[in-house]
Amino acid sequence: MQAFAELLDSLSFQPARNAKLRLIETYLRQTPDPDRGWALAALTGGLDFPAAKPALLRTFGEDKIGPELFHLSYDYVGDLAETLALIWETDPESGPAPSLAEVVETLQRATRMQTPAILKRWLDSLDATGRWALLKLLTGALRVGVSARLAKQAAANIGNQPAAEVEEVWHGLSAPYRPLFDWLLAGGPKPHSNMGGAFLSPMLANPIDRAELDTLAPAHFRAEWKWDGIRVQIASSGGIKRLYSRAGEDISGAFPDIVEAIDFEGVFDGELLVRREEAVAPFNDLQQRLNRKTVTLKMLKEHPAHVRLYDVLWLEGRDLRTLPFDERRARLEAWMAEKPRTRFDISPLVVFTDWAHLAELREAMRQDGIEGLMLKRGDSPYLAGRPRGPWFKWKRDPMLADCVMMYAQRGHGKRSSFYSDYTFGCWRDGAEGKRELAPVGKAYFGFTDEELRWLDKWVRDHTTNRFGPVREVEPALVLEVAFDGVARSTRHKSGVSLRFPRINRIRTDKPAAEADTVDNLLRLVP
Amino acid sequence: MIELNPRSWLYPTPRGLYCEPGDFYVDPAVAVPRAVITHGHGDHARPGHRAALATPETLAIMRARFQDMPNTQQQALAYGDSVRMDEVEVSLVPAGHILGSAQVVLEYRGQRIVVSGDFKRQPDATCAPFEPVPCDVFITEATFALPVFHHPSDASEVGKLLRSLHTFPERTHLVGVYALGKCQRVIKLLRAAGYDRRIWLHGSLTALCALYQKQGVDLGDIAPVSDAILETFKGAIVLCPPAAIADRWSRRFFDPVSAMASGWMSVRARARQRGAELPLIISDHADWSELKQTLVDVGAPRVWVTHGREEALVHHARSIGIEAEALHLAGREEEEGES
Repeated sequence: MQAFAELLDSLSFQPARNAKLRLIETYLRQTPDPDRGWALAALTGGLDFPAAKPALLRTFGEDKIGPELFHLSYDYVGDLAETLALIWETDPESGPAPSLAEVVETLQRATRMQTPAILKRWLDSLDATGRWALLKLLTGALRVGVSARLAKQAAANIGNQPAAEVEEVWHGLSAPYRPLFDWLLAGGPKPHSNMGGAFLSPMLANPIDRAELDTLAPAHFRAEWKWDGIRVQIASSGGIKRLYSRAGEDISGAFPDIVEAIDFEGVFDGELLVRREEAVAPFNDLQQRLNRKTVTLKMLKEHPAHVRLYDVLWLEGRDLRTLPFDERRARLEAWMAEKPRTRFDISPLVVFTDWAHLAELREAMRQDGIEGLMLKRGDSPYLAGRPRGPWFKWKRDPMLADCVMMYAQRGHGKRSSFYSDYTFGCWRDGAEGKRELAPVGKAYFGFTDEELRWLDKWVRDHTTNRFGPVREVEPALVLEVAFDGVARSTRHKSGVSLRFPRINRIRTDKPAAEADTVDNLLRLVP
Repeated sequence: MIELNPRSWLYPTPRGLYCEPGDFYVDPAVAVPRAVITHGHGDHARPGHRAALATPETLAIMRARFQDMPNTQQQALAYGDSVRMDEVEVSLVPAGHILGSAQVVLEYRGQRIVVSGDFKRQPDATCAPFEPVPCDVFITEATFALPVFHHPSDASEVGKLLRSLHTFPERTHLVGVYALGKCQRVIKLLRAAGYDRRIWLHGSLTALCALYQKQGVDLGDIAPVSDAILETFKGAIVLCPPAAIADRWSRRFFDPVSAMASGWMSVRARARQRGAELPLIISDHADWSELKQTLVDVGAPRVWVTHGREEALVHHARSIGIEAEALHLAGREEEEGES
């Protein structure tokens, strides 16, 4: 438990991705089975202990030091698990601290009645970091800035395997993942991947622009609309039906309407959309259904989900990934023609003669729910990862707005000494008719290193106020912000939220008073 | 016989804590005619007093910080010696906070009040250890007076730094430290852990390190960063003031790990606010258990609690039968000072 606690502790303070990987790799290499397997399960969100809930922690704390002191402490620390971890004192008489495996295996068996006593014994024997890690593990919110994908990447790294290989075998395995570590570290066999509902790593596209297109032969490429939903994979075999996000996260739970409609076996690549009648709803509608563990009937009715298929990876027990795109496409179309399938259709090919023609089609298509075009070589096999050359995405030109920088925050890792995260705003009429800036978004990329140095200096020279790590700046610098969409938002003070905002240009030539208004942005809401 | 009310001869004023029968202030917030100074940190030792009494080490620190203080009449009082100031007997006893730090023991008409200043009970190789003095009134600090503060052993915290150096051998380890006390203590801890390589210093730390060395605290091989020629700082330990970590100054180092040595580091949100990637819980103030233990050790029936989280300590003291109250002093920094 101590080693795992130290890992979580270091991760929670480590902002840089590569350093996080290093920390996890070192831990996985140095820790024996089954502890490292349970740790990997914890980091990938695969552990759940329903018997331990926040109310229990509060009771523990109040019993330990009295309600007054506990309240003062919690008020100061602001996190229940951390408060309890800090106020509890290690009892040297309590015996050795438990191993991670002991904690996990005991809790999986313990009843709700037994849990408090077991927990108290462990809190006595661990140090403050150990207690914090234990309580975080228990309450299920690690919040150490590690995604499931990053943890799997670290596992792949220790065996010098591509992450895609680990993703591929992942869903056929269960914690504590002994066969996985045997394969990665001890020369054991690779675990089977074509088990029920396994995730296969998707093939990704590189961005391209008009100029670069001219270096390619149009006849080699097929075009599809790039739908503005989320990329998903349907994997169904042996009676197990799953819907995965692009990162391999199982999102079946949030989309029972899709899972129910899977009456076939195979692995398909497609775009998850909310569709009403024939129309694709805006991305915002889909967002209502994401990140939910359960979904209400009302939600199912008002935001019906749909998958628009564009590729097939497995069909009838056969791996089709080595076949060329055209061949896979033919099989996909034939399969779809077998019988009508509700909630699924095929993304049509866009027929074009040359790039100029395609550019016209792209311009003309201003329909909602389309982000641009996908271009795929007709002879491309399905390759995991983002190979350079076979697939491209040619996005619609972004929307632009002139915004005024309001706040700046230091970045992380190599940018930690630079003010690189900018909150910007647009004008609106405030109280008593006075014009004021309302924040509309935050961006931390889109500029060159040289521009970053310039922006950093500008922030330092124009700071008017400080709030911890945040600096408020004089509202005098106009930033041209590019974004892919606008939606109304109740979470933002300005009432709008931008999709993928990034800094397009620094407009030192433009006076701040002439920047865009919130109303201008609202006009872009579809 | 009516008991003497201690508040009648020692009380807070806008200029600081005033001892009336001795006509002097303890750690005043502004320049005064006569001051008794507990230790050299900026919120306790201020320039411009007409006369100042402190330990020889504290006076040396004040001279280093305040351009030699030619206009202050300085009176050095060694630990354990005492001196009469008008009607009050004054002596200084080690507080264990930093080099030269002292508790001020005041005796007047048979009553004894101890002003602890800042103190800690953890051992520290750069200063004399805290000595509890039985008294009638104990004035205690409360910087870390919440049950959440339990400072771990400083050796284990420095162990974290050395382990990080092992995991990231090519990265510069920047350690944010306060210039007076923390800096020298961290160097001493590294030496005690067997680290004998050169330790690099931000320019603003060198003067006080030199002073400590002159006072007999051996810091080993230290050198200012500005002296480095051809040095890449890969895998080096560099000490700097906390603010320098986020400053342009730090850009010269290779992919630095930012560590921060402070008692505040035990609370995660605090550590993150300070941008610490490697928080080291090393504090020169007493933690919750040390504060509680000290109340028992001095056995004072009355306790006045000053600067910090007074509420929790007052609550605790009352719960064990001590007459406790908060004492609000001018000029004390609430938190992020030289802790």
